[in-house]
Amino acid sequence: MSPDLLLFLIIALVAVAAALGMLFSRSALYAALFLIMNFGAVAVLYLLLNAPFLAVVQVSVYAGAIMVLFLFVIMLLGAERLGRDPEPATMRWQRPLAIVLAVVLIVQAVYVFAARAGAAPAVAEAVDAGPLNIGKTLINSYLLPFEVIAIVLLAAMIGAVVLTRDK
Amino acid sequence: MNQLLFISPILFPLLGVLINATLGKRMSEKAIGWLASLLVVASFGVSLILFAQLGGAPEDERLTWGAISLGIPWIQAGALSVPFGFLIDPLSATMMLVVTGVGALIHIYSIGYMHGDPRFARFFVYLNLFVASMLVLVMADSFLLMFVGWELVGLCSYLLIGFWFTNIKNAEAGRKAFVVNRIGDVAFILGILLTFVTFGALTFADVFAGVARRGESVQAAVAAITLLLFIGATGKSAQIPLHVWLPDAMAGPTPVSALIHAATMVTAGIYMMARTHVMFEAAPSTQAVVALVGALTALVAGYTALTQFDIKRVLAYSTISQLGFMVAAAGLGAYVAGMFHLVTHAFFKALLFLAAGSVIHAMEHHGHHHHPADPQDMRNMGGLRAKLPLTFVVFLIGGLALAGVPPLAGFFSKDEIVLDALKHNLPVFVLLTISAIFTAFYVGRQLVMVFFGQPRSDMARHAQESPAIMTAPLVVLAALTVLGGALNLPGVGALGYWLSPAVGEFKTHPLDVGLAGLFTLIALGGLAAGWLVYRHAFTTPDLTDPLSRLGPLYALSKNAWYLDALYQAVVVKGFYTLSSFLASVLDLGGIDGIVNGVGRLARGVAGWLGRAQAGFVRAYGVLMLIGVVALVTYFLIVGANAR
Amino acid sequence: MDTAMPYVLLSAILFALGVMGVLIRRNALMIFMSIELMLNSANLALVAFARQWGQLDGQMFVFFIMTVAAAEVAVGLALIVTIFRARRSTNVDDLAQLKG
Repeated sequence: MSPDLLLFLIIALVAVAAALGMLFSRSALYAALFLIMNFGAVAVLYLLLNAPFLAVVQVSVYAGAIMVLFLFVIMLLGAERLGRDPEPATMRWQRPLAIVLAVVLIVQAVYVFAARAGAAPAVAEAVDAGPLNIGKTLINSYLLPFEVIAIVLLAAMIGAVVLTRDK
Repeated sequence: MNQLLFISPILFPLLGVLINATLGKRMSEKAIGWLASLLVVASFGVSLILFAQLGGAPEDERLTWGAISLGIPWIQAGALSVPFGFLIDPLSATMMLVVTGVGALIHIYSIGYMHGDPRFARFFVYLNLFVASMLVLVMADSFLLMFVGWELVGLCSYLLIGFWFTNIKNAEAGRKAFVVNRIGDVAFILGILLTFVTFGALTFADVFAGVARRGESVQAAVAAITLLLFIGATGKSAQIPLHVWLPDAMAGPTPVSALIHAATMVTAGIYMMARTHVMFEAAPSTQAVVALVGALTALVAGYTALTQFDIKRVLAYSTISQLGFMVAAAGLGAYVAGMFHLVTHAFFKALLFLAAGSVIHAMEHHGHHHHPADPQDMRNMGGLRAKLPLTFVVFLIGGLALAGVPPLAGFFSKDEIVLDALKHNLPVFVLLTISAIFTAFYVGRQLVMVFFGQPRSDMARHAQESPAIMTAPLVVLAALTVLGGALNLPGVGALGYWLSPAVGEFKTHPLDVGLAGLFTLIALGGLAAGWLVYRHAFTTPDLTDPLSRLGPLYALSKNAWYLDALYQAVVVKGFYTLSSFLASVLDLGGIDGIVNGVGRLARGVAGWLGRAQAGFVRAYGVLMLIGVVALVTYFLIVGANAR
Repeated sequence: MDTAMPYVLLSAILFALGVMGVLIRRNALMIFMSIELMLNSANLALVAFARQWGQLDGQMFVFFIMTVAAAEVAVGLALIVTIFRARRSTNVDDLAQLKG
């Protein structure tokens, strides 16, 4: 077993465990913390996948900014004290069915992986994914999406302000 | 510029339509009426100029001299190509003069007759539109454009018959005219389609060239086409069995009866047959049918006119009868005679209708103010000779012309038709002769009942002569009626030679003295018989008709051969029965059943599915997930099979 | 490791867990976090494919997805706060007005 694979397995385990922890934690606060842990693990995977820039963005934007926002809202609403979801009055079948289906989905994914693993193509030569190259690509090939996404952010900002404004 | 001159006879009345339809509400009656009339007069003037120019052209060029293409491809679809074009040849030029000339006189007359009507402007809009439509019909250079005019005059007729639509009877009469005409129109358009299928063209010149070139090979098709066209003509020209709309059309204002239902629109069928004479001549079997139908119509309608009491109804049946003469002439191939009778009939029948209108006008407006009696019923008239001297004189002239008393116009034109019939078709001759006897008799009866004896109602006692604006056109028409025969005197035949490039060979012949004498005798005898029978028949309005002693024969005439009742029983009832079957069984049970069934099914399914729409996000989510898993499973299976 | 397939498998597993979270939780905040998990797993797959083919485009996609996710979180949380203000609840079962 190569060190690469070993490292991947350990981190993958951490990511799955964190996801499961998030799913079943009673407190929204803990769930958010588990999610941060998952994001961190994925950031490490990005490093392994030769995406150092995205790894940094993952930590700073996702695990940092976005999740801070989440925590802020959870505390603002007092959702950390909500505890367990109340037992639903209707559609008791919905939760078991969802779990079964999700498991089926996972089994299918594993099956595909197991069936096709041998046929998977080898990875190509790694390209330079440093910030300089990323930046160049961004303002050359992806200039228009870059501009558009700026407008999307602006719209989201205005939208958030308008939605939460007290009348 | 030249082209504009050529089509300006159509444009003038259209201008009137435009102005009176938009500004009519703000204009005075005088302005509306004179504008409309003068525009038709202008149209007549231009027609006269064109007529003169056409006459100046060499004889062998007259057919093509007035072919105007506006250079606009009108319809272009696959093999069908119809240019937008008009044709002014001797035939259409003659018709243009009749339409605009008689039309102008009737416009002027209407200014007086329609005085005070709340929809005065609308009336003149319709009249102008009618003149324009009729001109489109006669000036068209293709079947299709002719059909446009054909339908437009049908529309105008409908609008004008039902002009006083607040009375349901008038509206029903308009509807009847429309529906009956539509039956003919269907045949007409089928004939046009068959023409296109056979000859691949719709302009008259191309089609006629095709008939001449292909001769024998298209004989069956031409026979079918002409038969269909003739059925179209029976609708518009009120021939058996589609004549039933014309008597009811008298519900319209009297000038309309004069203009449309005597002088112009009803001649469209005869004009159309003259226009397409090349095809009719190539189909002898159709011609035989045409001649027979025309002669039968002349007889049947003439017989019906004998016993009618409504002054306009008598004239209406007389119109049908005279149209029968023209159709018979067309069937005999005597297009010149037919057109000649068309022109003279336009003069004297317009005269008779307008004079009848003058009588009715006098009865209505100067009589008792709340008159329960019918002002159009001849039993309520009598003695009007003294009250309406001018109207009496012109009515007398028109009546004598209709009866065929020489030397009035009707004598010469009728004489030519019967002469042709005598030469070519004896049964037709016999039918027409009997019809002529009837004609003279009912003219005498009408003259006696309206103008002689003593007034039989308050209305008649207080009648006063109509205003000059109404009598002036009468005088002009009376003059035309007296002189109209000169158009085509035996042995001279001016009209015949003029028309011959358009309607085929013509050779005038000297007056057949024997035949002319016979018909003069018939006319005078019929008039005298009418006079004798009815001179003392009605001293009061409630007496019975002396002819009622004939029993069933009288009833047959009085009820117009029971044709309306027959149509009512067979066609209308049958139609209602079929409709109610379709409505109740097929529609309610079948189609509605299916529709409602689909609706019920949808509602049932929706009610069942609606429970899935619980409004819970997680329910929607799990449904989506089911779909996703199903899709993935499907692709896994397909993928496995593909490998 | 000579293929990127294990990463894709991990991505699929994380995605399925995210789906499960969306469906079994009723707290709007928890559902929202599960959605973030799903988005993140998609990102992981894209980066893995970018590595597989030695291209930068996959990474650019992820960059844009992250930006959109940030915008989405801002608006989504604003919505949740507004709804909470109106109903004093973040339970999505209380929001069943679309009942058919």
